[in-house]
Amino acid sequence: MDLSIPNPVRSIFEGEQRDDSVIVNIGPSHPATHGTVQIIAELDGERVRRTDVHCGYLHRGFEKECEDHTWHNLIPYVDRLNYVSALINDFAYCDGVEQLMGVQITPRCRYLRTLLSEYSRVVDHLTCIAAGLMEMGAMTAFLYLVMIRDYMYEHLAALTGARVTHSYGRIGGLARDLPAGWLTRLEEILTQYEDFVARVHALVDRNRIFIDRLRNVGVISTGDALHWGYTGPILRSTGVPRDLRKDTPYLAYAELDFEVPVGINGDNYDRYYVRMREMDESVHMMRQLAGMLPEGPINVDDRRCTFPDKTLVYSEIETLINHFKLVMDGPRVPAGEVYCAHEAPNGELGFYLVSTGGGTPYKVHVRSPSFVHMGGAHRMLDGGQLADIVPTFGSINMIGGECDR
Amino acid sequence: MAAPIFDTLRQQLVPAAGVAAVSHGVLVFTLAPAELMPTVQRLKSEFAFDLFLDVTAIDWLGQTPRFEIVHHFYSTVHKVRARLKTRVPDADTSLDSLLPLYGSAAFMERECHDMYGIVFRGNADLRPILLYEGFVGHPLRKDYPKQQEQPLVPYRT
Repeated sequence: MDLSIPNPVRSIFEGEQRDDSVIVNIGPSHPATHGTVQIIAELDGERVRRTDVHCGYLHRGFEKECEDHTWHNLIPYVDRLNYVSALINDFAYCDGVEQLMGVQITPRCRYLRTLLSEYSRVVDHLTCIAAGLMEMGAMTAFLYLVMIRDYMYEHLAALTGARVTHSYGRIGGLARDLPAGWLTRLEEILTQYEDFVARVHALVDRNRIFIDRLRNVGVISTGDALHWGYTGPILRSTGVPRDLRKDTPYLAYAELDFEVPVGINGDNYDRYYVRMREMDESVHMMRQLAGMLPEGPINVDDRRCTFPDKTLVYSEIETLINHFKLVMDGPRVPAGEVYCAHEAPNGELGFYLVSTGGGTPYKVHVRSPSFVHMGGAHRMLDGGQLADIVPTFGSINMIGGECDR
Repeated sequence: MAAPIFDTLRQQLVPAAGVAAVSHGVLVFTLAPAELMPTVQRLKSEFAFDLFLDVTAIDWLGQTPRFEIVHHFYSTVHKVRARLKTRVPDADTSLDSLLPLYGSAAFMERECHDMYGIVFRGNADLRPILLYEGFVGHPLRKDYPKQQEQPLVPYRT
């Protein structure tokens, strides 16, 4: 019996290798790649000559599966795209469907979504920085950041019922309102966040080992970054303040006071620093939002998308039918198409939705920042040292779930 | 919110670039495949659409031409998006690649080729990216059954 498994990838280096180079295969399951990705590198000694990046190991047919479920049923699926900041995925998707339906969300929902988007961004950046530092041996900094992240996960679990994949967004609103005392606990966590992030700044920012590993490593220019489709912290690290929250304001961002941190060089150090500063801005925004949060309903009063009150479902036939139709047929979304983009922690997260008027999407396409960034990753890796692949790849923060879909 | 740049674009590009309409804040051009490359060239060089965001296709099974290819662009200067839609028939699913203009086209066109079988002329590297070598068919086509399996490793029984 032949037990050999055919190679799922074909490297571009096959048949054209130089005599003095060595091909090294990194991944798809390797401690140096946080995420399931394969990097085939052609090495000249310790120097990386060329790299061939392969993704797709986590492909699970997300877009195909979407065409077979109602608009509501997709919410747990979009959670699992970027599973580190699931809430932003939820809200971007719901925003897209709401645009197609012409639904205006309530003020409380708008502010709450903004607050939770920023909360999600902090969690995502904490994860990225913590993992990146740990890969260079900074265990204390890792534990400090992950500890704060865990407080945040627990806190989000108190609101949504799940630590990571929250499924909290709803078309036209949110799953439930804030529990009592949630904002008080938020302020406690943010205070602790400030304490521990200050410690990480003190440990890392001017640390000789850290600077030597990150400064002028994985450099990308603004022109190159745009050419290769980079958005988010990577584009900003090259020195341009491109942020959808400022450029095309959505949710409540137009009313908030915040800055867009930018880097100078576009190297790994800048990407670290831009993320650290962005978290501070997010915390600043969350504090503003906690004060601005209006009272009122969190769901729109629209029978096309909002689930009716449970007590009425059990007592009125019309409401029972309404509930039944929403569950079985899904919300009727008018025919049309929309591209809805939110500023996710890694860059522009776009949902391209096509409806033909039914309760199920005709097509759902995700413009995931991670996938586009993988397309240009070789620009940062080529010409560097083999050991630099690890921090550079970490600073791109590729998330397999949204990259491979 | 209709950006002033949209009026300029319409005056300058229509009718060469087909018909244009604003939909949910995005300027949408519907054009013929041959006009894609010249239009994108002008969008990039004259109107600062410097970010190629996304390319995908829609399979309108039963209609002719069957596939609608959708490109999205963003201008970091004007802060607006443009969408280019063009149709190709089932018999010849080839279209000009945007690789000469944008590096990001390389991976995104590979994905679109994987999923819909669109052949991008000028993109030499259309190896599978989300799928694997030897995968038969294009899974996002509407006539590809959702339940179909092509395991690379035989299932254990």
